[in-house]
Amino acid sequence: MLKRDKKNAKFALVLLSLVGGMVGLSFASVPLYQLFCKVTGYGGTLNTEGVVASSKVSERTIKVHFDSNISPKLNWRFQPQQNEVTVRLGEHKLAFYEAKNISEKALTGHAIYNVTPFKAAQYFSKIDCFCFTEQTLDAGQVVPMPVQFYIDPEILTDPNTKEITTITLSYTFYPSESESIDDKKKLNLSSLVKLLYNG
Amino acid sequence: MSNDAAVNDHHDDHKPPFFTRWFCSTNHKDIGTLYITIALIAAVVGGLMSWYIRLELAQPGIQYIDDFQFYNVLVTAHGFIMVFFVVMPALIGGFGNWFVPLMIGAPDMAFPRMNNISFWLLAAGFILLLLSAVVGDGVGTGWTVYPPLSSQEFHPGPSVDFGILSLHVAGASSILGAINLIVTIFNMRAPGMTIHRMPLFVWSILITAFLLLLALPVLAGALTMLLTDRNFGTHFFDPGAGGDPVLWQHLFWFFGHPEVYIIILPAFGVISQIISTFSKKPVFGYLGMAYAMAAIGVVGFVVWAHHMFTVGFNVETRAYFTVATMVIAVPTGIKIFSWLATMWGGSIRLEVPMLYALAFIFLFVVGGVTGITLANASADLVFHDTYYVVAHFHYVMAIAAILGMFAGFYYWIGKMSGKQYPKSLAKLQFWVFFVGVNVLFFPQHFSGLAGMPRRIPDYPDMYAGWNYVSSIGAVITAFGTLLFFVVLWRTLTSKELVPANQWGEGATTLEWTVASPAPFHTHEILPDMTGKEPAE
Repeated sequence: MLKRDKKNAKFALVLLSLVGGMVGLSFASVPLYQLFCKVTGYGGTLNTEGVVASSKVSERTIKVHFDSNISPKLNWRFQPQQNEVTVRLGEHKLAFYEAKNISEKALTGHAIYNVTPFKAAQYFSKIDCFCFTEQTLDAGQVVPMPVQFYIDPEILTDPNTKEITTITLSYTFYPSESESIDDKKKLNLSSLVKLLYNG
Repeated sequence: MSNDAAVNDHHDDHKPPFFTRWFCSTNHKDIGTLYITIALIAAVVGGLMSWYIRLELAQPGIQYIDDFQFYNVLVTAHGFIMVFFVVMPALIGGFGNWFVPLMIGAPDMAFPRMNNISFWLLAAGFILLLLSAVVGDGVGTGWTVYPPLSSQEFHPGPSVDFGILSLHVAGASSILGAINLIVTIFNMRAPGMTIHRMPLFVWSILITAFLLLLALPVLAGALTMLLTDRNFGTHFFDPGAGGDPVLWQHLFWFFGHPEVYIIILPAFGVISQIISTFSKKPVFGYLGMAYAMAAIGVVGFVVWAHHMFTVGFNVETRAYFTVATMVIAVPTGIKIFSWLATMWGGSIRLEVPMLYALAFIFLFVVGGVTGITLANASADLVFHDTYYVVAHFHYVMAIAAILGMFAGFYYWIGKMSGKQYPKSLAKLQFWVFFVGVNVLFFPQHFSGLAGMPRRIPDYPDMYAGWNYVSSIGAVITAFGTLLFFVVLWRTLTSKELVPANQWGEGATTLEWTVASPAPFHTHEILPDMTGKEPAE
C-alpha cells in the first residue's frame, strides 16, 4: 500500500465513523425526544409525577373540557360522564369517563392522552388516572374510569399561559400491544396472500 | 503549458474494452459519464410523470387518472426520481466526478473502486424504486413518507418497503460518493493548489459532500425505524403504543432541509465558474463566496422545523425557526451580490452556458423571495400544502437546479465529448425551456395564494384559469426538453471539434489545460500551482 493510499484510507475511516455517529444520533433522538416532551410539556405531554408538595388553592378557576376518542381497532364505546368541570387552581378534582366493551369477547385497551392548548400541559398534573395502566373489559362490561388531577397555580405566573381560561383534556383508547400485534399479523398475511394471488 | 499537457495526455490514451470500461469502470470520467447517463434516463421517466400529472390538472374534474392512489404514486415517484436520481447524480456524481479531479489537478478520485460501487448502488436503487410501483399499490405517500400514511395500516403490501430499501441503497451510494469526494479534495490536490485556491465548483462539491455525510445517515436511521414499524412490530411512530408521528417529521426534515442545499449548492458552484468565465473576470469576493456556501450548509442544519410549522409549536419555537430561516438569506444574498459584481464591468459574452447562468440567478431570486414569505410561521400556516409552496420549491430548488445542470452541460460538453454543440439550436433550446418553465410555474403562485391544495388530482372551477396557463407552460417545457435531446444528439454526432480551451481567456481552471475531449488519463504529471494566481 502506498503511503498516500494509507492516508486516504485513514481519512475515509474517520468520515465513516462520522456517518456511524449520525446514525447513532438518529436513534438516540427517540428517547431524547420523549425526555424533551416530558420536561417541556411539548405537544401537550402531561405532568404525571404526582402531587407537588402542597400547592396553595387559588380563587381563580379554569374550565376543563373532556374529550374522548377511540381507535377503530378497539370495539368499545368510550365517553366522558361530564362534558366539563370548573376547577379552582390547585384544587384536586375527580372526573369520570365510562367505557363499555360492545364486542363479544374480553378486550384489553390503554388510553393515551394530552391537553390543549399544548402550553398548558406543564401545569396540568394527574395524580391518578385510569390511563396509567391497561384496562381489560369483559364482553358487554361497563366500567367507570376515574381521573384525578389538579392545575398548578403557577400557570398564572407564566406570561405565556396566564390568559388561559379553558383546557381540554383528551384521551384516545387503543387496543393493547398484544392485541394490536395480532391484528398486524393478520393484516400482513392477508396483504401477502392478496399480492401472491394478484401477482 | 496547456499544449504540453495536452500532448502528454494524448500519449497515454488507451482505453479498456467495452464491458470492462463501462461496467467495471474505475475511471472518474467514465463513471461521471455513467452518472450523467442515468440522470438523463431518470429525468425522462420523472419528467413524463410530471407531464401526466399536468395533463390531469389541465382541467377541473377527473379526466385521465381516476385511480387516486395512482395519482399519489405519480407525485411521489416524480419527487423521489427528480431529487435522488436526476439532480444528485447529474450534479454531484456526474459533474463532480468528471471535474473535481480535473480542477484540483488529481489523476483520479481517491478510491476509484468505491466510485464504481457508488454508481452501481445508485442504479440498483433506481430499479428498486421502479419496482415499488409494480409490486403492490405503489408508494402514494409523497416524498416525505409521513406516518401514519406510510404505515402498514394505510399502505399495506410491499410497495413502501421497496421504496424504503430504494432510498437506503441510494443513500449508501451517496454516502460512499461523498466520502470519496471529501478524501479526494483534501488529500489529492496538486502541489500549490491550496484550499483557498480551489475553484468554487470544487468548494461547492466539498460542502455538499459534508452535508450528505451528516444528513443522509439520519434519513437512513428514520427509514430503518419506519421499516421495523411496518414489519417487525416496533412503535417508533405509532401513537397508540407510545410512539410519535411528529418524531418522523423532525427526523425527516433534519435530513430533508440540508437535502435541498445538497441539490442547489453544486449548481451554485457551476454558476460561479460560468459567470467568471464569460465575464472574463475572477469571481468577485472569492473567499466570501466559498464561506457563504459553508454558512448556508451550517445554518441549513438548524432550520428544519420550518417545514412543519402546522404541527403545533409554541410561539418561541416558531419565532426561532422563522428567524433562523431568514438568516439564510444573508449568505445567499452574498452569493447573488457577488455574481452580479463579477459581471459588473466584465467583458460579458452571452454564450449558452452564460444564458443559463443568468436564468439560474433569476429563478433562484424569485424562489428565494417566496421563501422569505414562507419562512414566516404565521403566514406559512395559510400557505402550507398549497401550490404556493409547490411554485416556491420548483423555482428555488428544482428548476434552478435543472438550469444549473443545463448550464454545466453546455459549459463542459466540449471538454467531455470534444465536440461543439450546435450554437443556434442551443440558444433556441434555452429560450423555449426558460419561457416554458416560467409559464409553467409562475401561475402556481396565484393558484396557491387563492388556496389551491397540493397533491389532489381535482380542483374547483375557480382555479381553472391559471391551471390552464400552467399546462400550456408544461407543453412549452416539453418542447424545450425535446429540443435538448436533439441538441445532445447533434452534439455527439457533430464533426466540429473544440480546442483544449474552448472559452478562451476567461476559462482559467485546470480542466481547460487538458485536451478536449479529456483523455482517459489526465494530470499523471501533477500540475504545479505554486505561486500561481488563485483559480477564480
